[in-house]
Amino acid sequence: MSAQAALTLTGVSKLFDETRAVDDVTLKIEPGQFVGVIGRSGAGKSTMLRLINRLIDPTQGSISFGGTEITSLRGRDLRNWRRDCAMIFQQFNLVDRLDVLTNVLIGRLAEHGFLSSMAMQFTDTERTMALQALDRLDLVPQALQRAGTLSGGQQQRVAIAKALVQQPKIMLADEPIASLDPANATLVMDGLRQINKEDGLTVLVNLHTLDTARAYCDRIIAMRNGRVFFDGVAAQLTDDVVRDIYGLEGLREFNEAVTSTQSVALPA
Amino acid sequence: MTAAADVTPLRPMDQFELDYAAQRRRAKLGWFIASVLFFAFFAFSAWLGDFFKVTQVTNVDGSREWRWIIPAGLPRLGEFIEKTLPVLRWDSLGADIAEWFWRWKVWLNLLIETVLIAFMATALGVFGGFVMSFPASRNLAPNKWVLWICRRYLEIARTVPELVWALIFVFCFSVGPMAGVLAIGLHTAGALGKLYSEVNENIDMRPLEGVKAAGGTWFDQIRYGAVPQVMPNIISYTLLRFEINVRASSIIGYVGAGGLGQEFREALSLQEYTDLSALFLIIFVTVMVIDYGSEKLRHRVIGLEKGPAT
Repeated sequence: MSAQAALTLTGVSKLFDETRAVDDVTLKIEPGQFVGVIGRSGAGKSTMLRLINRLIDPTQGSISFGGTEITSLRGRDLRNWRRDCAMIFQQFNLVDRLDVLTNVLIGRLAEHGFLSSMAMQFTDTERTMALQALDRLDLVPQALQRAGTLSGGQQQRVAIAKALVQQPKIMLADEPIASLDPANATLVMDGLRQINKEDGLTVLVNLHTLDTARAYCDRIIAMRNGRVFFDGVAAQLTDDVVRDIYGLEGLREFNEAVTSTQSVALPA
Repeated sequence: MTAAADVTPLRPMDQFELDYAAQRRRAKLGWFIASVLFFAFFAFSAWLGDFFKVTQVTNVDGSREWRWIIPAGLPRLGEFIEKTLPVLRWDSLGADIAEWFWRWKVWLNLLIETVLIAFMATALGVFGGFVMSFPASRNLAPNKWVLWICRRYLEIARTVPELVWALIFVFCFSVGPMAGVLAIGLHTAGALGKLYSEVNENIDMRPLEGVKAAGGTWFDQIRYGAVPQVMPNIISYTLLRFEINVRASSIIGYVGAGGLGQEFREALSLQEYTDLSALFLIIFVTVMVIDYGSEKLRHRVIGLEKGPAT
């Protein structure tokens, strides 16, 4: 299942009315990388992930994955691309009133025809697959509970399990820990890292906390006003660069710990 | 020194008093104008509706005089009710009641027919309304053309009253309950489709996005993202509609579309006034029983939602 193909963005822009949410972004994400995208609110991080998953269409530019042009996909091909490019959201985007197992099985819908999908009929193989994914995230005991009754951290792990049964080639995560407490944030980030290491899956994750990005990411991309402002490893991310990224020029002292999700020290 | 410099600026409190008084004056004027318009319009409607009509009435001694229509007509209401009341004597109560409900075998059959018409019409209407409500919701419609067509269809279906649909279907499919089922079913589809689509427009769109991002089709998004969210409301509205449809199907026979309505017509034309009160009682009790049952059921559905999820 390891992903061999690279994701390439070339001159990608997205305009909302007059605002350039994403402005002429050119990037190459190598297979197997764990890439963090940072930047202040409104810098275009979310829009970029949505463009890659094709939840929205770019105004101009090209996105390709292993030689396949993503921006021109339609119908069945588009749905298959969305399956290959799993996405995790800040608000989990689960169906609260369905049980956890069914929520995970939603990741299999791209393989289903109309009737079996409408009847919510899944095969035993698929159920096994879903349970294995839940097991990796320690959620098997909750499999038959309604998703809405779970804690935020558990819901986000359900979302990761759902992403896993899609058998994706790349995993996108849009602020996956922004609504979680530090302990749950760590569980979710560890889950993503584990998938990245064990399955060799490319992970592209938007983060709003610098220390998380430093702790988990092989490569950090910073966006500012829709453009890529910094692209390198954590060590290159000096205080001066950070000040520029977040536009903190006015602040004399910048304390990274203030933005931290891991202020509570957890045993590693 | 200029003149402007002489004007001492008002203290904030005084300024507030001035502003407040002005605001009160504007509000009062607004109310006054609105009230005058309302009463003028109301009086005009009443005049058009013959509420001020003066009519000739015959007194007991045979003389005739002019009277305002409301005091002239009110006694006749009592007269009508008196006519519909059966004669019930204590010593022959059983026989009197038997006399009152003399057509009970026919009525019982028609009552069953009435409830079945309502049941089948509700089932058909729920199906039609449910399926159409998703493309007729602004937030869910795949494109504006589908939205436009579905909304217009639902509008036509519910704007035409059941009785008019019944007349049309009696013309097409002849007299009988089938016309009633189709008429009420079509109207129900329109009315419920509108209500359902309003429920749909208030849902959380994030679950649908989650399904879409996993490669789901539009139908998958509706089935997995929307339907579980709207289900409790749909059940509640459906039960409410069943009650409304029992009332509708009890009158629809008036134009030959099955159910108790035809008995109303016959009783009126044959001036069998006591039959009317008997029929009214039957429908009243039936609707009450169904109201009560469906209310219990609806509360259960809502209660299940709020209770601890298992």
